[in-house]
Amino acid sequence: MASNNQTEIVAEPGKQELFIKREFEAPRELVFRAFTDADMLVKWLGPCNMKMRIDKHEARAGGYYRYVHIDPQGNEYGFHGVSHEMLVPERLIRTFEFEGLPETGHVVLETARFESLPNDRTRVTIQSVFQSVADRDGMVQSGMEYGVKESHQMLDDFLAQQLVN
Amino acid sequence: MALQSRRDVFQAIADPTRREIINLIAFNPLNLNSIAENFDVSRPAISQHIKILTECGLIVIKKQGRERYCEASLQQLGEVSNWIEQYRKLWQTQFNALDDLLEEYKAKEKKK
Repeated sequence: MASNNQTEIVAEPGKQELFIKREFEAPRELVFRAFTDADMLVKWLGPCNMKMRIDKHEARAGGYYRYVHIDPQGNEYGFHGVSHEMLVPERLIRTFEFEGLPETGHVVLETARFESLPNDRTRVTIQSVFQSVADRDGMVQSGMEYGVKESHQMLDDFLAQQLVN
Repeated sequence: MALQSRRDVFQAIADPTRREIINLIAFNPLNLNSIAENFDVSRPAISQHIKILTECGLIVIKKQGRERYCEASLQQLGEVSNWIEQYRKLWQTQFNALDDLLEEYKAKEKKK
């Protein structure tokens, strides 16, 4: 059963960063493992209508990773990066690049912080710092385009409308 | 869709001067001169910002006699929070899956 914990996104207009915040009903060590253990990652990471494949996963500072999401039509959406720090069980720092963009070089710096809460609960805060405001907003949008395409037709409509304008 | 060539709401509000312009005329249409008076930057620069805001659909220019008034059209700003809301839902779905996984592992560890 999913908890009732809500996901919070903080993305102030005009800023290069965004925050994703969520609490979990599990101890910090376990939550941290779910973010770093390949067997666990493939079970939750990625939009629900997609399969996930792990091409490479070196869970250590300096390690390379590449994950691929595959939609029901067989289209692949890859992303990769390098782990900068893996401080068990409190902090992960890594680069992230979505391969579906028209050009390479739009890299994001991600920091995930794991905070112990009373009663064996954990708060996770992910900070993503983009190279520009346009990168942030563009990537959130392109992420949406593939992530929730099927269930949210309105997004496509909005995009189409933008192209016309 | 190159990131550089965007002409959308996100680009419009990425600039602090443009955000101020939107705030300024949100409830009160003003002509170009009146808007420019509120800023230290040059009139052509303000004019350029207004052009971009118009292209993004956030400002509508209306003629009244000889004057041209800039009126805010903020419907599209709703789309910005909408994008963030959709992004939030995407993560919420993933984290709900993670909740289930964590429960599974907690149960496993209790058995040990």
